[in-house]
Amino acid sequence: MIQLLQLAFVQNALIAGTIVAILSAVVGYFVVLRAQAFATEALSDIGFAGATGAALLGGSSLLGTFVFTLLAAYGIGVLGERVRGRDLEIGMVLAFALGLGVLFLNLYTQFATETVNVLFGSLLSVSHDNVVIIAWVSLAILLVIGFLFRPLLFASIDPEMAQARGVPVRLLSIVFMLVLAITVSEAVQIVGVLLVFALIVAPAASAERLTNRPLTTIALSIVLGLVFTWGGLLLAFVGHWPVSFYISALAALSYFISLIVHRVRVPKRYKEPERPCMGCPGSSNQGYINVPVPAERASR
Amino acid sequence: MWNVFDLLQYQFMQNAFIAGSIVAIMASAVGYFVILRGLTFAGHELGYIGFAGAAGAVLLGIDPVFGLLVFTIGSAIGMGILGKEVRERDIAIGIIAMLGLGLGVLFLALYTGYAEQAYSILFGTIVGISRADVLVTALASIVVGSILLVIFRPLLFSSLDEEMAEARGVPVRMLSILFLVLVAMVVSISVQIIGVLLIFTLLIGPSATASRLVQSPARAILLGMVLGLLYTWLGIVIAAYSNWPVSFCIATLSFGVYLPVRLLSPLWSGRRRGEATNAANKARTDAQKSLAEAEKV
Repeated sequence: MIQLLQLAFVQNALIAGTIVAILSAVVGYFVVLRAQAFATEALSDIGFAGATGAALLGGSSLLGTFVFTLLAAYGIGVLGERVRGRDLEIGMVLAFALGLGVLFLNLYTQFATETVNVLFGSLLSVSHDNVVIIAWVSLAILLVIGFLFRPLLFASIDPEMAQARGVPVRLLSIVFMLVLAITVSEAVQIVGVLLVFALIVAPAASAERLTNRPLTTIALSIVLGLVFTWGGLLLAFVGHWPVSFYISALAALSYFISLIVHRVRVPKRYKEPERPCMGCPGSSNQGYINVPVPAERASR
Repeated sequence: MWNVFDLLQYQFMQNAFIAGSIVAIMASAVGYFVILRGLTFAGHELGYIGFAGAAGAVLLGIDPVFGLLVFTIGSAIGMGILGKEVRERDIAIGIIAMLGLGLGVLFLALYTGYAEQAYSILFGTIVGISRADVLVTALASIVVGSILLVIFRPLLFSSLDEEMAEARGVPVRMLSILFLVLVAMVVSISVQIIGVLLIFTLLIGPSATASRLVQSPARAILLGMVLGLLYTWLGIVIAAYSNWPVSFCIATLSFGVYLPVRLLSPLWSGRRRGEATNAANKARTDAQKSLAEAEKV
């Protein structure tokens, strides 16, 4: 193991993986809070077109991904509220972006192995230059998040109240989309276009099931992200299967365990009462309803 | 000059055209309901999940279609049972799809044969479709088509107004699980042409365009089928001559027709439709707000 650590590519992989895992876990917390899982996937698919397009033109695929995702994120952020419920339109655009990526790949290389690398990541071939870029950019992004933490949290949890209190909700959501774009671009380097969910959504989604406090959740999701990345690397050295597989398997495992733990830990009597649909045709509840409060909670 | 009849002399081109046509028709028919029921994300992710099945089947040396069918139908039933809560569902579906893709990568890494096979699962192909594949495609679509015909009316009813349908005694839950299974089967047979990554363009594209152009469900489905057939045929011909991936050609055609239709559709669909959706949205947000207030109290 110590010998492995002396190899330059292993060091690069470990450093890049660690930085990206931390950044993704922090950003992922807000993604889960703001229910932007679909946007995350859209950005990574668009990044695919950027990465392959840049490779085709002879540029750096990391920079290509940055440019494409940032442009797309700005678009999504500006459209803002109007994007909600527009799965169809986002879906068509991202399908086309994927198609473009497929074409670029096809023009660039006839080797199927390289295709698999772009799609599923190649942590072990991250270059030293990219590690430096990833480190500086991540530091900048973490500082931005630290600076915006309180208003961003407020705007994510209760946008209407935040707006009423004078928080610039729209601006924040654009800034957050840009942050997400950069995070996705970095995660793509580690786990590939198709598995960014493993680093961005899975740690935060698992942590959110286990704790309620924002800071604890973020800390826990950082720990989980690091466990997935380091565990994935370690298992890959031992087991000789692809790193991406181990990372995604660990991520899925932790999510399902957190679901079970959540279900076991929350006793039935605390479960939220069935929400009746108000004003729906055919529903017996028309108008105001009394939400029954569980006895235990009321007595507190 | 591009001569389609020259192309059709090759058996693999005949296979591609037959399978492609069947797939285009079924995908448009099912796709209409996928849009109506807001399952577009699920349809997209079913393709990803299928990737694991296809790669696993390649590893075991069987036809990828069977692996696809097993994995997509299994997860469709899972999705149907897991049920509603949309926000949580997106994350759960996304993570299951991620696991599927991860497994697919593993199977590919274990498979020591040609990587070409992986390439064609991801991006689709027009050269690798055998007579057996055409047969499986035809059989699967006969099954899907006849089930769809039988459940057409209740499915349409429950897609348009679920609560009313439930009140009238339509088995809504059963229907939604059964429908997801149909989507899974269509996704499985589509993969051989279009690949797992671009399922969206064939499943959603034609119907999304058609339902912007005409109003009635039957007409929208028919127009969707016509569009789907056109995209597929043109896509195959262009791919055959240009050597570009067929899925890119179909995706571009699908997007290229959808975009102007989407942008111009307010011109002919009038304001009524927009007002209706606005009113519905407003009612929904009002209801949510008052619910939230009720909870706080």
